[in-house]
Amino acid sequence: MITTGLTPVITEHWDAPDLYTLDGYRRFGGYEALASALKQDPDAIIGQVKDSGLRGRGGAGFPTGLKWSFVPQNDGKQHYLVVNADESEPGACKDIPIMMADPHVLVEGVIIASYAIRANHAFIYIRGEVPNAIRKVAFAVEQAKAAGLIGKNILGSGFDLDVVVHSGAGAYICGEETALLDSLEGYRGQPRLKPPFPAVAGLYASPTVINNVETIANIPFIIGRGVEWFRQFGTEKSPGFKVWAVSGHVNNPGLFEAPLGITMRELLDYAGGVRGGGEVKFWLPGGSSVPMLTAEHLDLPLTYEAMAEAGTMLGTGTPMIFDSTVSVVKAVTRWLEFYKHESCGKCTPCREGTYWITGVLEKFEHGHGTATEMDTLVNLCGQIAGRSFCALGDAAATPYPAALKFFRQEFTDATHTPVDGTFDPVASYVFAPAVAR
Amino acid sequence: MTITTNDSQVAVPSDTVTVIIDGVAVAVPKGTLVIRAAELLGIEIPRFCDHPLLDPVAACRACLIEVEGMPKPQPACAQTVSDGMVIRTQQSSEMARLAQEGVMEFLLLNHPLDCPVCDKGGECPLQNQAMSVGRPESRFTEDKRTFPKPINVSAQILLDRERCVSCARCTRFAEQIAGDPMLELLERGAQQQVGTAEDQPFDSYFSGNTIQICPVGALTSAAYRFRSRPFDLVSVPTTCEHCASGCSLRTDYRREVVTRRLAWDSPEVNEEWNCDKGRFAFVYQTEGRIEYPLIRENGELRVASWPEAIDVAARGLAEASSHAVLVGGRSTVEDAYAYARFARAALRTDDIDFRARALSDEEHAFLASLVAGSPVSVSYEKLESAPIVLLVSFEPEDESPIVFLRLRKAARAGTRVVSVGAVRSKGSEKVAAEMVWCAPGDEAAALASLPADILAALAHSGAVIMVGERAALSAGALSAVAALADRTGAALAWVPRRAGERGALDAGAIAGLLPGGRPLSDAQARAEVSELWGVDSLPHPGASGDALLARLGTVEAAVVGGVELADYPQDVRAALERVGFIVSLENHHSAVTELASVVLPVAVVTEKAGTFLDWEGRPRPFTRVLRDALTMPDAQVLGMIADAMDRPVGPSDVNVLRAELGTLGPWRGARLEAPRVPVGPRRDGLVLASWRQLLDSGVLQEGEPHLAATARPTVVMVSDATARRLGLTETATLHGPAGIVTLPVEIADVAESVVWVPMNSPGCHIYRDLGARPGDIIRVTAGGAL
Ligand SMILES: Cc1cc2nc3c(=O)[nH]c(=O)nc-3n(C[C@H](O)[C@H](O)[C@H](O)COP(=O)(O)O)c2cc1C
Ligand code: SF4
Ligand code: SF4
Ligand code: SF4
Ligand code: FES
Repeated sequence: MITTGLTPVITEHWDAPDLYTLDGYRRFGGYEALASALKQDPDAIIGQVKDSGLRGRGGAGFPTGLKWSFVPQNDGKQHYLVVNADESEPGACKDIPIMMADPHVLVEGVIIASYAIRANHAFIYIRGEVPNAIRKVAFAVEQAKAAGLIGKNILGSGFDLDVVVHSGAGAYICGEETALLDSLEGYRGQPRLKPPFPAVAGLYASPTVINNVETIANIPFIIGRGVEWFRQFGTEKSPGFKVWAVSGHVNNPGLFEAPLGITMRELLDYAGGVRGGGEVKFWLPGGSSVPMLTAEHLDLPLTYEAMAEAGTMLGTGTPMIFDSTVSVVKAVTRWLEFYKHESCGKCTPCREGTYWITGVLEKFEHGHGTATEMDTLVNLCGQIAGRSFCALGDAAATPYPAALKFFRQEFTDATHTPVDGTFDPVASYVFAPAVAR
Repeated sequence: MTITTNDSQVAVPSDTVTVIIDGVAVAVPKGTLVIRAAELLGIEIPRFCDHPLLDPVAACRACLIEVEGMPKPQPACAQTVSDGMVIRTQQSSEMARLAQEGVMEFLLLNHPLDCPVCDKGGECPLQNQAMSVGRPESRFTEDKRTFPKPINVSAQILLDRERCVSCARCTRFAEQIAGDPMLELLERGAQQQVGTAEDQPFDSYFSGNTIQICPVGALTSAAYRFRSRPFDLVSVPTTCEHCASGCSLRTDYRREVVTRRLAWDSPEVNEEWNCDKGRFAFVYQTEGRIEYPLIRENGELRVASWPEAIDVAARGLAEASSHAVLVGGRSTVEDAYAYARFARAALRTDDIDFRARALSDEEHAFLASLVAGSPVSVSYEKLESAPIVLLVSFEPEDESPIVFLRLRKAARAGTRVVSVGAVRSKGSEKVAAEMVWCAPGDEAAALASLPADILAALAHSGAVIMVGERAALSAGALSAVAALADRTGAALAWVPRRAGERGALDAGAIAGLLPGGRPLSDAQARAEVSELWGVDSLPHPGASGDALLARLGTVEAAVVGGVELADYPQDVRAALERVGFIVSLENHHSAVTELASVVLPVAVVTEKAGTFLDWEGRPRPFTRVLRDALTMPDAQVLGMIADAMDRPVGPSDVNVLRAELGTLGPWRGARLEAPRVPVGPRRDGLVLASWRQLLDSGVLQEGEPHLAATARPTVVMVSDATARRLGLTETATLHGPAGIVTLPVEIADVAESVVWVPMNSPGCHIYRDLGARPGDIIRVTAGGAL
């Protein structure tokens, strides 16, 4: 039974065909938050974001206001805001829809955030494979410039801002914030050594804040409608609402905006339930980089804290649902192939570990794994987790141990039988005919 | 740094912190990396990407250790200490031990089993650390990643990509130390590999260092690849004989043949680096050597026994009534001293000069007054901390590469580098040098009218002026440098190119100066020296420089050691042809041996012990490498001649020569006046600029084609405006009194109305081919035109 209602905020007017234009956006109160923000002290804006308890929607859930407050003030240096719109996480599909449907909410958030952290330059780094989203955001930025919302002396406030839309070149690692900075500076994207942290020495060695698209899209609402209003949604530690992108074996995959704390079971209902009335076999709360859960976890509240307690993470808040047609061995193998392909190569555990683990998993997929290797793989994942240079390595080390914990038998089966023999691959296709299932 | 133990009560200075590593307390400066702090205790943490002279990257993860309070293992190479930090390495932490073992296992996955054929095998950090912290057996049974082998990243450096562990030492060296970022990591994941842009090989003067710091055998040199195994080599610490940078090297040999040379650790001089010339140019030591004494009979040289040849040499010299001595700038201090002593005590002449290159009387006065016998004043360390370094007629990257590296290090840390010259060279760009533009010849004028901010900066404590030997070509330049140093208080360094020049100066191998910078004109100085040498009197001050070269045609006999006639701008050959009797001490045939009456083969650096004084004036002693060599150093040969002339000059053993120099010590009496040559007249027209590139037609680089292939191309450099004015597009022809040279044109940052060509590179030897010197007015036409 659904007790948590949908709360369309970011997505409220997505059915308006001209929402992506300045006029369309303004018709629903767009840029009013900006006008109010520019009348306040930048520190007051940071204070409100802090009080709102907003946590980053890029995956790590870091408190946004706190991050902004790390930027040293009055240091006479150029500051930068960088929006992470590289959305490449397998399963994550929320930032791109936001940019497609309502690019101005992002632009308004960018201007307010830049004003708060005293940045006169902002960059929106968008995944290169989504030209439509890039075009939409670039168009919105142009319109905002023409309307005097970006440029010199915005709305007579004395605040200057330039916004640059930058296209990535197709590497998952460039979503990692410091690799993104390297990429933005024109180098090959590889994570940077920290410290110094971006808040002190980020883009062009200057203080920089990097935030996710959805994080920034929250800002106009927090400033426009107030901290109290925002905090009525969600929990104490996970306040607010979230654009949940539900995908996989559900009847009605898509975006559902609802408060944090909604359960997977409720979201599943909104998404029309598992296709063909089937059962959830396993699911991931937020992208392939978080450990999987099973049907027994469907009633947990989707909050940062509850997910951590269950041994996983909220991640990007884009649940993927897998029904019983799916071989967990095969799913894990595909994910590892992804990490192997996307490992930037900088550090040994991730570079070599993903190469090795993928090779072994592919043997399991073909029914050639061994019992010893089932343990070796756990050990290898342990040799990556917590020892790699950046979180990509940690992410690569999560799928297998979680899968083994819940589905040991399937790996045992894969020591003698190819998974395609146990699980008809056609049946697992999302578009598979009902008979195949 | 102070080290304390658990129970000691040593007072610790306030900028230090105390950390506990594996239960032992150690006090180290704030900001120290854990890996360095552990080294102080003798705890070796495995590492690949870490290098003390490179910025940390923490990429390989071999050095993971446990820090109390941190849930995850931390890279010791990037983790700085904080007061009270409790650190556990693999010695006392299971977390660290397992982490290191895991990383080592991963590193070996894709590493080929090349050890039996790999150059690095036997001295390989991967082998060694796999043994010390790795698992005894591999669990990896899948296929290894392979690459077609090997690829050339330059003509000299080869890369076996499958051996690479992606530590990024080579790429960081190229970028941070050399400033030649042509090596980069490319691709992702296990496909990550080192590479270059297709049209831009890694032609760095310092490329060989990457081979040495590569922790595996991924980088090898065309010269040494597959030549020997490290455990078959005998290693001897030596000093480089090529330039006045004074690098410590390690010379490795096998069966009396040198197989390779490496940069050796010398923190005060070359740190851990050297240049490719010093590393690869040693084939001359074995190839084309003169093996036996030769005497001229009926116009032809014939082989003679040592007693016969010495006898002929001694008689010829004794019979002559006037003598001159030319000794090239490559002698050791001890040999140069032997020449200085032989000239004065045996030949009774002061007509001697070590400057086998363009020179001037002004330079003689400058050296006598400000350089000879003076202790180290400007050091490498001082360069590093200098607020400003002013370069005059000096291109460090080509003319003293380690000075360049240290200046680059300084510049990266904020030292201001200013170059007075006509070309903003690639080397200047890499030290972010500001230019004080002037055509060659106009240095004195430029120095007299330096911008006020530079003058003010030079007055700050620690400011340095470095002047190169090419200043001798520019009338008034050295006088102006001396005056500037005097006026501002900036420390002054004279940087010759060759390894032996500074030592020869201090040894007295130049007319008018006795060892230690003693003026021959000073009675006290003469007395000290004649007493040591056991001679009644010393000759009167003789001729040096141009006067000596002019007098050459009139002397009856000459002793010439290690001189290339092509290095003089003048036609010295014509003068030598008129000398009746020439004794040549040489190891290769040359224009001098062609004229010599007696040729006496002498030892090369590997066959003798000796000392070079680097440009700082710092002694760089070295021992003999090849113990079985039968050759004799110049000093010993000169001693035999003196004995045969019945004018013995004292023992010639290197230790005795050193002791004699030590007894004399530096001159403390009055010094000669600094030169005061006025600013020369301004000239109109196109002025020739030139210097010798590091890799060029130098005779000591012969026989090493891979090295030569990394040299910079021979081109004419002019500014865009000058090129337009002269109508130069593809090629340009320079017209000198002795001939023409046609070369490709490169548009560069060059002063107006100046044209630059290399001094002695394939296709352009300005003295021989053009008959022109830097500072001369030259005619240039579009390629081929008359
Ligand atoms: C491999 C990797 C990929 C990432 N990709 C993204 C991404 O596409 N978008 C994103 O917002 N954050 C991504 N992140 C997280 C960012 O590093 C960073 O935490 C985030 O952009 C911060 O924004 P937030 O505080 O608003 O969440 C990625 C992290 C890793 C390790
Ligand atoms: S964990 Fe290491 S290899 Fe993997 S993406 Fe991060 S830095 Fe690159
Ligand atoms: S070639 Fe050698 S030095 Fe360069 S990255 Fe590879 S292992 Fe390191
Ligand atoms: S810099 Fe000079 S001394 Fe050092 S290796 Fe090169 S040539 Fe030899
Ligand atoms: S040596 Fe520390 S990570 Fe490589």
